[in-house]
Amino acid sequence: MGPVALLTVVVLAVFVGFEVVSKVTSKLHTPLMSGANAIHGIILVGAIIVAGAASDPWVLGIALLAVVLATVNLVGGFVVTDRMLEMFSAHKRPRTPARTGTAPAGGTAGAGHPNDGSASDAAGEGR
Amino acid sequence: MSLLTPEWTALLYLAAAVCFILALKGLSSPRTARRGNAIGAAGALLAVITVFFSARLENIPLILVAIVVGSVIAVPVARRVQMTQMPQLVALFNGVGGGAAALVAVLELGHNEDPWVRLAVVFTMLVGAVSFAGSAVTVGKLQELISTRPLLFPGMPWVMGAVLLGAVISGALVVLIGSLGWSLALLGLGLAAGLLLVLPVGGADVPIVISLLNAFTGLAVAASGVVLGNVLLLVAGTLVGASGTILTKVMASAMGRGVAGILFGAFKGGSTAGSTALSDRPVRCSSPEDVAVQLGYAQRVVIVPGYGLAVAQGQHTVAELATALAARGVDVVFAIHPVAGRMPGHMNVLLAEADVPYESLRELAEVNPEFATTDVALVVGANDVVNPAAKSSPGSPIYGMPILEVVQAQQVVFLKRSMRPGFAGIENELLHDPKTTLLFGDAKESLARVLGAVKAL
Repeated sequence: MGPVALLTVVVLAVFVGFEVVSKVTSKLHTPLMSGANAIHGIILVGAIIVAGAASDPWVLGIALLAVVLATVNLVGGFVVTDRMLEMFSAHKRPRTPARTGTAPAGGTAGAGHPNDGSASDAAGEGR
Repeated sequence: MSLLTPEWTALLYLAAAVCFILALKGLSSPRTARRGNAIGAAGALLAVITVFFSARLENIPLILVAIVVGSVIAVPVARRVQMTQMPQLVALFNGVGGGAAALVAVLELGHNEDPWVRLAVVFTMLVGAVSFAGSAVTVGKLQELISTRPLLFPGMPWVMGAVLLGAVISGALVVLIGSLGWSLALLGLGLAAGLLLVLPVGGADVPIVISLLNAFTGLAVAASGVVLGNVLLLVAGTLVGASGTILTKVMASAMGRGVAGILFGAFKGGSTAGSTALSDRPVRCSSPEDVAVQLGYAQRVVIVPGYGLAVAQGQHTVAELATALAARGVDVVFAIHPVAGRMPGHMNVLLAEADVPYESLRELAEVNPEFATTDVALVVGANDVVNPAAKSSPGSPIYGMPILEVVQAQQVVFLKRSMRPGFAGIENELLHDPKTTLLFGDAKESLARVLGAVKAL
């Protein structure tokens, strides 16, 4: 694709990006930021292309590291965004299902405490 | 295995890009947010499947192993993280994305002679590295591993200038001669610039900086699309860069701040004056029983939740207290500041988890006129969002931020862990106001004791 065609794509994408988020309530700022964060995890596609073309072991090693990092960004980003939104939608459900619905949520929150150490260890590896 | 034609690849990438646009659109409205996120994930899955069939790839088993490793790291962390730590996690994911973009760019350097493409390589490396290091600092600040106060050292603007100059020089050399050595220098300088950019930012502004770095990573990914000649990366990265920039501006203006003021405000000096020393001025301490009497015989109570409530996991107890007061005929509402806690919307999520009905939540603009007719404002683990310094002292780092005007209420009760100032590190005059009483202790325990005393009335 020529430079002018690339520039056209970029300019249009900038306007779409501005337009889609221009009216958003403050309580959705964090999920929206988190969702946008997940989308740039699509660098995974780039990392896969580079790793798929690598022949030198050093290049392959670094490319595979990039694949791991990009996967953490992409997969983790969508999962954590869904988790935030799951909490938001809790109060929208009818009363009785809401109780059964929040019981497991409370359970996971409780289970989060003992697992917290291992969770941050894993995050440390990710970096 | 037959490969997709370039036309089919381009069409599938286009479909993925449309999914990302729909995802951002969906995430902007409460009703469609969750579906939007799912559409985004579907688009990402489509793109990743497409890339495997679009070109003859080597090392496919190793790539798949790397993807599994990344998922095994990310999914449990994302599912189990406590809500108080979600902003850190988003920052962490953002940082590794920026790091991945920088690595991809370094590896592609050798394959490109075109100076324009090399310029895109330089941009990706520099911005990706800034995002990686900057995000690491935000994680450190939010985890309170490093000080949440602005960190400055003498001559810091000069060091920053030298780093940027060095980055421009090494970037130019990479474009001209494409040397790997200079590109490593560029990465190092990018990391240094990321540290220097975020260290001077005060704690309360960190969520906005995360959003800014998120936009940076988007731009780095867009530039990597130019490097690899991949339109999907270009479009997705640009979308995130543009929407992230707007979101950063919107978030900053919700706090009454400008983005430049957040990044460079600390350099002007004086803004953090008087915030280090703990005040030894007297405060009025209260007992759970006294607070229970104040609340139980009030007509109207406004509860202001903050980060302390989230840390103590006291959301269920505060919901129970509200129910108990309502049963006594007290009119109870929750006043939600948009940036209470560590991220916008934090308190909405927290109270939703405790089944607090949506009707009893009030937004800032809605509740502020009502404080004048409020008997008791109960501030649970919040500080900066009710600090009158935001209105009265122009030198304060939070000056201009809209606050909940609890100062207008007849009586104010603070449930606090200690006299330590809030996340922004500023002393709160309201604590010394004659109509204010304080109950020290963990928010959940204090609430439980007040709840017990209310039930005994």
